[in-house]
Amino acid sequence: MTSFGRFIRLALGAWALLICVTVAPASSQQVNPTASSVKEQQLLQELHRIQGRVSIPDQRSGVLEQPQGREWREFRNVTLPWIGGIAILGMIVGIVIFYLTVGMVRLEAGRSGRAIVRFNAFERFVHWLTATCFIVLAISGLNITFGRPLLLPLIGFEAFSEWSQWAKFAHNYLSFPFTIGVVVIFLMWIGGNIPSKVDIEWAKRGGGLIGHDHPPAYRFNGGQKMIYWIVVVGGGLVSASGYALMFPFYGTGIEGMQMAQIVHSIVAVLFVAAMIAHIYIGTIGMEGAFEAMGTGEVDVNWAREHHSLWLDEQMGRTGPNDGRPQPATAAAE
Amino acid sequence: MARMKFLCDADRCIECNACVTACKNEHEVPWGINRRRVVTISDGKPGERSISMACMHCTDAPCAAVCPVNCFYTTADAVVLHSKDLCIGCGYCFYACPFGAPQYPKVGNFGSRGKMDKCTYCAGGPEADGSKEEYEKYGANRLAEGKLPLCAEMCSTKSLLAGDGEIIAQIYKERVMKRGYGSGAWGWKTAYREAIES
Repeated sequence: MTSFGRFIRLALGAWALLICVTVAPASSQQVNPTASSVKEQQLLQELHRIQGRVSIPDQRSGVLEQPQGREWREFRNVTLPWIGGIAILGMIVGIVIFYLTVGMVRLEAGRSGRAIVRFNAFERFVHWLTATCFIVLAISGLNITFGRPLLLPLIGFEAFSEWSQWAKFAHNYLSFPFTIGVVVIFLMWIGGNIPSKVDIEWAKRGGGLIGHDHPPAYRFNGGQKMIYWIVVVGGGLVSASGYALMFPFYGTGIEGMQMAQIVHSIVAVLFVAAMIAHIYIGTIGMEGAFEAMGTGEVDVNWAREHHSLWLDEQMGRTGPNDGRPQPATAAAE
Repeated sequence: MARMKFLCDADRCIECNACVTACKNEHEVPWGINRRRVVTISDGKPGERSISMACMHCTDAPCAAVCPVNCFYTTADAVVLHSKDLCIGCGYCFYACPFGAPQYPKVGNFGSRGKMDKCTYCAGGPEADGSKEEYEKYGANRLAEGKLPLCAEMCSTKSLLAGDGEIIAQIYKERVMKRGYGSGAWGWKTAYREAIES
């Protein structure tokens, strides 16, 4: 039996060998090396980018192709100018119309001649540090988006490039004091900026912007709290996304930087629009408002009309609402 | 006028990196910058391919479109060049480029990246052709001397082709026809919005 089994195995082996020898030459003539090779379009569809190995030290150059720069280009050249243009011009037009129709919010009771400290020297220093940085950052930032179509044709390539170079340096370096300012503002004024029921009432009455209404408010009213949170959240977002762009490849790739630029620019243009409103109400929009950040002292009548609960607090009539020690100087001049 | 293009025949590229070396030497490219590199896809696996890639000198170049100071220009030969005098090193071209061509001499340093550097198709820059200033900023201007980019000229397998788009496409098509296969002109769809059917 064993010899018969051996014979069967041998026969099968010979048969298999015969098949191989006859079939193999026929198939080798039709070899297509690209049949199994990597294909560009297939890789792009699967991964949206093609990455491989490079033998040079710069490993980042291993990304062969990433066509999503096209979408980013569309955003940077079309979407962003529209968002920014509508937000900023819309805000300016709105304010001009408001100023021409409603006008400045007046001190109804006139000046009392008695002043009360609203912001101490440190608070004003931090405010103006952040504010001056913000203005330089805003102008140099808007230059990147709007400079090429608006300013370049007016001043020419060389002058525009020179100015943009300095603007870029200013943008990069002033980001540091700006970020510090935002952090200190966050810590310094968080106590008075937690939204409360008073703000709902304040908002329902339109903040007293129109007519002769003066809804009560503590140290910061609903509008100021909104500005505070815009500065803290917006400032946080532009800082974080800005540093991602300033330090390329530290934790981000090209896609990450495209996203960072999108976040940075959208938040920034909305931030600029919001700050235009803030500057308006702090200067020509409201009588007696600027001195709060100018000299640091406001007229008692101004405080009564716009921050009645805060004034009461300062005068010692009610308990502190935010648990944070207020400046004790409630006295006159 | 010719419409200059690059075409890398991936079925011929043997990843010898001669194009990379030739480019660095010809233009004395700064340390850390490679205007051309060879990328190997699926390295060590069946179907592996190597592709030599540099600036593709795109039709409707994204870098030029997004540059905030408009420092890019396209020559009569459709080569995309830029002025290092105008460049502010903002990094926008490098966010937009599909091929990772723009590079900066400084990576960190608080975002002051320095002037962008990329493949010039061996065509120099805005300075006078063959001048010392042009060489220092952009490298050699072979095109002005009637020569093609050195990377393609010294490609040992003639995988990398440079020259008029229609002519190199024709050469590639003939190759594909003769050998019966081809994995396509890598990057052409992205750069030129056209593909060579094979």
